[in-house]
Amino acid sequence: MSDTSSHVWLPSRPPPRSATGPLAWLRHNLFSTWYNALLTVLIVWFLAELIPPIVRWVLVDATLLSALGTDNPAAVCRDGDGACWAFIAEWWRFLLFGRYPFDEQWRPALAVALVIGLWVVSCDRRFWNRRLIYVWGLGAPAAFILMGGGVFGLREVPTVNWGGLPLTIGLSTVGLAFAFPIGVVLALGRRSNLPVIRLLCIAYIELIRGVPLITVLFMASLMLPMFLPTGMTIDVLLRAQIGITLFASAYLAEVVRGGLQALPKGQYEAADSLGLTYWQKTGLIILPQALRISIPPLVNTFIGFFKDTSLVIIIGLLDLVGAAKQALTNPAWRGFYQESYLFIAVIFFVFCYCMSKYSQWLEKHVNTGVNR
Amino acid sequence: MAQISHTIPARGPHGLLYDPRARAVFYQLLTLTIVVAVGWFLVDNTLTNLANRNIASGFGFLDREAGFAISESVIAYNASDSYGRALLVGFLNTIRIAVLGIVVATVLGTVIGIARLSSNWLLAKLASVYVEVVRNIPLLLQLFVWYSVITVSLPHPREQVTIGLDIYLTNRGIYAPVPADHPVWLPVGVALVVAIGIAWGIARWAKRAQDETGRTKPVFWYSLAVIVGCPALVWLVGGAPTEMVVPVLDGFNFRGEELTPEFLALLLGLSTYTAGFIAEIVRSGIQAVPKGQTEAARAVGLKPGRVLQLVILPQALRIIIPPTTSQYLNLTKNSSLAVAIGYPDLVSVGNTTLNQTGQAIEVIVIYMTVYLTISLLISLFMNWYNQRIALVER
Repeated sequence: MSDTSSHVWLPSRPPPRSATGPLAWLRHNLFSTWYNALLTVLIVWFLAELIPPIVRWVLVDATLLSALGTDNPAAVCRDGDGACWAFIAEWWRFLLFGRYPFDEQWRPALAVALVIGLWVVSCDRRFWNRRLIYVWGLGAPAAFILMGGGVFGLREVPTVNWGGLPLTIGLSTVGLAFAFPIGVVLALGRRSNLPVIRLLCIAYIELIRGVPLITVLFMASLMLPMFLPTGMTIDVLLRAQIGITLFASAYLAEVVRGGLQALPKGQYEAADSLGLTYWQKTGLIILPQALRISIPPLVNTFIGFFKDTSLVIIIGLLDLVGAAKQALTNPAWRGFYQESYLFIAVIFFVFCYCMSKYSQWLEKHVNTGVNR
Repeated sequence: MAQISHTIPARGPHGLLYDPRARAVFYQLLTLTIVVAVGWFLVDNTLTNLANRNIASGFGFLDREAGFAISESVIAYNASDSYGRALLVGFLNTIRIAVLGIVVATVLGTVIGIARLSSNWLLAKLASVYVEVVRNIPLLLQLFVWYSVITVSLPHPREQVTIGLDIYLTNRGIYAPVPADHPVWLPVGVALVVAIGIAWGIARWAKRAQDETGRTKPVFWYSLAVIVGCPALVWLVGGAPTEMVVPVLDGFNFRGEELTPEFLALLLGLSTYTAGFIAEIVRSGIQAVPKGQTEAARAVGLKPGRVLQLVILPQALRIIIPPTTSQYLNLTKNSSLAVAIGYPDLVSVGNTTLNQTGQAIEVIVIYMTVYLTISLLISLFMNWYNQRIALVER
C-alpha cells in the first residue's frame, strides 16, 4: 500500500491561448501566418504614410474662416498648404444648382428635396401599392413646375439655366420613368413568338447596347434636329433626356428579360391552360412575378444611369460634374480641383452607396417566397 | 335509355378575325408598317434638312484633306492627310487604350478581388473600401481627377521629379528612356515569340508526361528559363547593345519618348474603374465554389497555392468569364469618354471631323459600325474561350 502514495503528478499543461478578446482577434485576423504578418506591417506603414498628410490637408492646414472675411479669399487660399474650403463656401450654390438664377435657388432645392423624398418613400415596401403612383403623379409635376416656373407667380426659368444636382436627379428619374415601360415592351417583344416583332426588338436592344452612351447622346443632340420637319426645334435638355431614355430602355429591357426567363415555364403553361389571352396572361400572371424578381438588378442598373447622366456635359449641359468643371474655369479659382471634385464625388458616393446598400437589402428580403 | 346529347359548346364567332395565325400576321404587318412609316418620315425630314443646308450625304468626304493635327498616333499622320486616315488614327488609338486598359484592369481586378477574400482583415477591408469608392463615383469624374492630378499637381518640366533611371514625371506627361535603334532588336523580338511557342510546347509535354507517369515537371521554371533565356542569348550574340535614348530637357519641354497626360489619365481612370467591377466578379466567382471543394483538396494533401490553381480557379473561371466579358465591352465603350479630356480616340477625332464637315449622320454611322464590330469580336472571342473551359457534362 505504501508505493501507491508516492505517485507523481505531471506538471499541468499551459492553458490554451485565449480564443476571444482583442489579442486573439489580432492573432487570428492580422498575424495568422508570417506573410499575413508581413502584409499587416506593410499596410500599417502605408496607411501611416497616407493618412496623416490627408488629415493635415483636410483639417489642420485647411483654409476656411481665415479666408472668408477677406476681399480675395482665393489669394489667401493660395498662401495656405491645405484644402481651400473657402472654395466650397464660395461656390457650393453654383456646384449644386449650376446657372439657375441665384435668388430663385430655393426652388431647385425644394424640387430636389421633394424628389428625394418621393424616392425614399418608394423604397419602403409598405408603400408599394397604387397610392404610390398617385403620389408620384402629384409630386413629379410639382417638382417640374418648381424648376420651370411660369405659373403661380413663379418666374420662368429656361432649361438652359437648369443645372447641378436637380439636373442629375431629374435626368435619371425621368429617364427611368419613361425607359422602364419601353424596356418592358422591348423585353416582351424579344420573347414574342412573332418573328418580325422579335427581330425588331433584338435589333434595337443589341444596337443600343453595342454603342457607347456618348454616341447616343451625340446622335440625340445632332441628329434629332435633322430628323424633325424643317423649322421645328427641340430643347437641348429634352434631347439629352431622349438620348438617355432610349439608351436606358435597352438596358432595362435586358434586366426585365432576366426576370421573365427566371419564371418557371409552368407559370406560362398554367396561364395558357386557364384560357387567358396573351395580355391577360402577361398582365396578371407573368409581369407581376417577373418584375418582382427584377427589382434588385433594376436598382443596380439605375445606379449606373445615375452615374452616366454626368456624360451630358459632353453636349453642353451643366450637371454636377459639369458645374464642378465650370467653376474651375474662373480665373481667380483655377487649380482648386481637389476641393471641387471631392465635393461632387462625396455627393455621388452618398447617393450611389445608399442605393447599392438598398439593392443588397432588397435582394435578401424581397424574393424570400421565391428564393430557395 | 335517355339519349345523352353531346353538344359541342359554341366556339364563338369564327372567321379570319379570330384565327390566331391571321392575327399574328396582321400584328406583325401593322408593326412593320408603323416602323417603316416612322423611319421613312425621319429619313425624308433628314434629306430635306440636309438639302436645305447644302450638305452632300455620302462617304465622299473621307478622301478630303483633314487639315487638323492629332496629338498622338500609332501610325504616321499629318494635317494634310485625309479624313479617312484621321479616323483610322482615332480608331487605332481606341484599340490601343482598350487593349492596355483591359490588361491592366484584369490584373488589378483579380488581385483586389482575391485581396477581398484574404484572411488578413486589414487587407480585406482596404480592398472593399477601394471597390466601394471606385464603383460609386462616375467614371467621368474619376477621369477629370486623374487628368487634374497629372496636369496640375505634377511639376512643370523644368522642375521635373524623377523616380530614377531617367524617368521623368512632369505635367506634360511621363518621359522614359527607350533603347536606341539597333539591328539586334528585331531578332530579339522574334526570339521572344519563338520562346513563348517553345514554352507552350513544354507545357504540353509536361502534361503528357504527367498523364503517363503521374510525375509533375517544374513547368513554370522551365518556361521562365526559355522565355528569358532565348531573347537574352540573341541579345548577347548580337553584341549586347545598351545604348538608350534618354529624354533631354529642351527649352520648355522634354524631347524623347513620352506618355501623354491624356493617355495616362484615360488608362489609369478606365483600368482602376473597371478593376473595381472585375474585383467584385472575381470575389463572387471564387465564393461561388462550394467550401467542400477546398476542404476536399486540402484533405488530398494539396498545398494552398495548388488548391487555388488546380481546384478553385478552374471552377470559378466558369462563373467569372461571362460577366467579365461584359466588363471588357464596357471598358471599350467607356474609352469614348476620351473626348472629355482630349485624348484623340475615334469619337474625339470623329467629333472634329463632324464639326468641320457637318457630316453628322455618316460620322455617327461610322461610330456605331466600329463599336458594334468591336463588341461582336470581343463577345465571339470570349464565347469561344468560355466554351473551351466549360464543364463537360454527361
